[in-house]
Amino acid sequence: MTNSMVDAPPARVPDELTPRPARWAGLRPYLPLVALLVAAILPYSTVNLPGIFEGPLNSPGTLQLLAICLVVGGLAAGYDLLFGRTGMLSFGHALYFAAGVYGTDILVTRAGLPLWQAGLLTVTGGTILAALLGAVALRTVGIAFAMVTLAFAQVGAILVARDFGGLTGGEEGLPLDVSGLPAALVGVTNTVNLYWLALAYLALVVFVVHRVSGSPTGRVLAGLRDDERRIGVLGLDPYRFKLVAFTLSGGLAAAGGVVYCLIVGGASPHITSSELTLSLLVMVVLGGPGTRWGPVLGGVLYMYLDHRLTAFGSSDAVNSLPAFLSHPLSQPLFVLGTVFILAVYFFPGGLASLRTRLHPLLHSLRRP
Amino acid sequence: MNTVILLALTGLGLAALYFLVASGLSLVFGLADVLNFAHGLFLGVGAYATWWAAGNLPGAGSDGFGFVVAVAFGVLAGALVAVLVELVLIRPLYSRTIEQVLVTVGLSLAGVALLQATWGADPRTFPRPGWTRNVTSVFGANVPNAGLLLIVAAVLVLAGLLAFLQFTRYGLIIRAGVENREMVTALGIDVRKAFTLVFAIGGAAAALAGALGGVYFGTVSPGQGGSLLIFAFIVVVIGGMGSVVGSAYAAVAVGLLQQFVNYYGTSGLGDVCVVGLLAVVLLLRPQGLAGKVAHA
Repeated sequence: MTNSMVDAPPARVPDELTPRPARWAGLRPYLPLVALLVAAILPYSTVNLPGIFEGPLNSPGTLQLLAICLVVGGLAAGYDLLFGRTGMLSFGHALYFAAGVYGTDILVTRAGLPLWQAGLLTVTGGTILAALLGAVALRTVGIAFAMVTLAFAQVGAILVARDFGGLTGGEEGLPLDVSGLPAALVGVTNTVNLYWLALAYLALVVFVVHRVSGSPTGRVLAGLRDDERRIGVLGLDPYRFKLVAFTLSGGLAAAGGVVYCLIVGGASPHITSSELTLSLLVMVVLGGPGTRWGPVLGGVLYMYLDHRLTAFGSSDAVNSLPAFLSHPLSQPLFVLGTVFILAVYFFPGGLASLRTRLHPLLHSLRRP
Repeated sequence: MNTVILLALTGLGLAALYFLVASGLSLVFGLADVLNFAHGLFLGVGAYATWWAAGNLPGAGSDGFGFVVAVAFGVLAGALVAVLVELVLIRPLYSRTIEQVLVTVGLSLAGVALLQATWGADPRTFPRPGWTRNVTSVFGANVPNAGLLLIVAAVLVLAGLLAFLQFTRYGLIIRAGVENREMVTALGIDVRKAFTLVFAIGGAAAALAGALGGVYFGTVSPGQGGSLLIFAFIVVVIGGMGSVVGSAYAAVAVGLLQQFVNYYGTSGLGDVCVVGLLAVVLLLRPQGLAGKVAHA
């Protein structure tokens, strides 16, 4: 029977359906590099953007805000390696970030180590910590895993707040002792160097996450996200791959902590709270989990809004509103939390999916 | 000996607080597979509603029968908020576990911020009846009455919950649903009504914990629910998801361990020990003391 079948000629594709290369398609692969270049030369600009930033772009205040946004963007991208790419819902990511911040701070301030040693030790320590705790936590799956990581992170928060051995400074936090640091990283005039450091960290995280997700390991991780049992049936050990992702993500977070510690100039206990992990989750979901730029965008935007909404909340425009509106609006977390809930319902793909979602709309507008 | 009795009874008071929060969490998780981060919000709503009622509601006050009315108002408010949350936010998302968690996370952030916007971030003095500030002598140990009140309330809630689960039709449906939800649905029973009911019960228990916790601590603040919630999660995992009795055992173990280690060791060491207990239980018995294994 099969031999008597005649191959059908390929159907003619109508002209309007053949995909045409977009005008700038050749430039697309270079866009990240262009963006990186623009971000790198940004501090040389003295443009004043009233309403968006308080001072000109190269003022220390603006640069510090941008640097924090970049670090948090990198942190969100690292968290996405767990949540968006592997499908692990960890509620303890703040622990590894806090380990980076407090580790650097304690090693520099209390032990008097030079920065490069402290940074190296901290990143190594944070990675080992993630590997050890991950090895225990990954014995559970799904929601139980979320709860266990949350509990581990809570221990970190308790250890920091109760100030065992007088190392962490307790509730007041621990200011960084800058006397032993390289001169280029100290002082208000050198904020630009910290900005570049933050940019380098972000670029590193994006590069690592991109390379990992493109590698064979990354494909296994995506498989774990979609159907864990199937990976097991294929003869691969889900536990090991998840542990790799968890450890790598923890190490990246610890490295982010080192940079953050330098930018802020110390450590404060609020970075150990579970609220930071929850914010990371909000950033990733708002940006678009499992995409290359979504989490970065979400992290940068969230941090920016968190800073700016405080100013917006105390502005005259909000204060002149009736009390039942102005009081909630003066709370950044209320605004962000509400936006987040709406995003879960109406924009499941986050910011990254905005283009594909708007495309049909624009298309129909263009050709009525 | 006095110290041991005092520590045991205050530890049980703490356990009672954990149990009130954890029982609802455990039932909601066991039946509906919802990890409810907004549970701390129900606690906060209960506490603030009681606080508000004691000052503003006619017939309610901070003493005697008026206080009972105030607490009843708080519990009602907590249950109402829980039902609203279930109907409006959670119901459209059933069988999408991750999205549900995300929504409750957003709700906990926004809700606590809303409480803070309305009543300020600073702790407010909680209205409490005069007798709760006194102590009662139990075998020579002076135990604060507020702690005893918590224990009595938790035992009553436990007995009530068990009777409800054991002897009523809806209790039967909930127990069956925890065991195998698909089978209950296949038998033509609308499990979603049970979901709403479980949310109402959990919200009411959490609100009661908020009100009585306010009496115990003497103050009420927007973030109070969050810190209790983490220990309640630990209690739920140790006790086994979906088991009320398991939650009770686990709450007692956690409360006593925390109180004794915090007293005899360094302050804060007890909290660390509790997480250690969690790790041990997970390694030896991943399904908890009495419960089904949690699936993804």
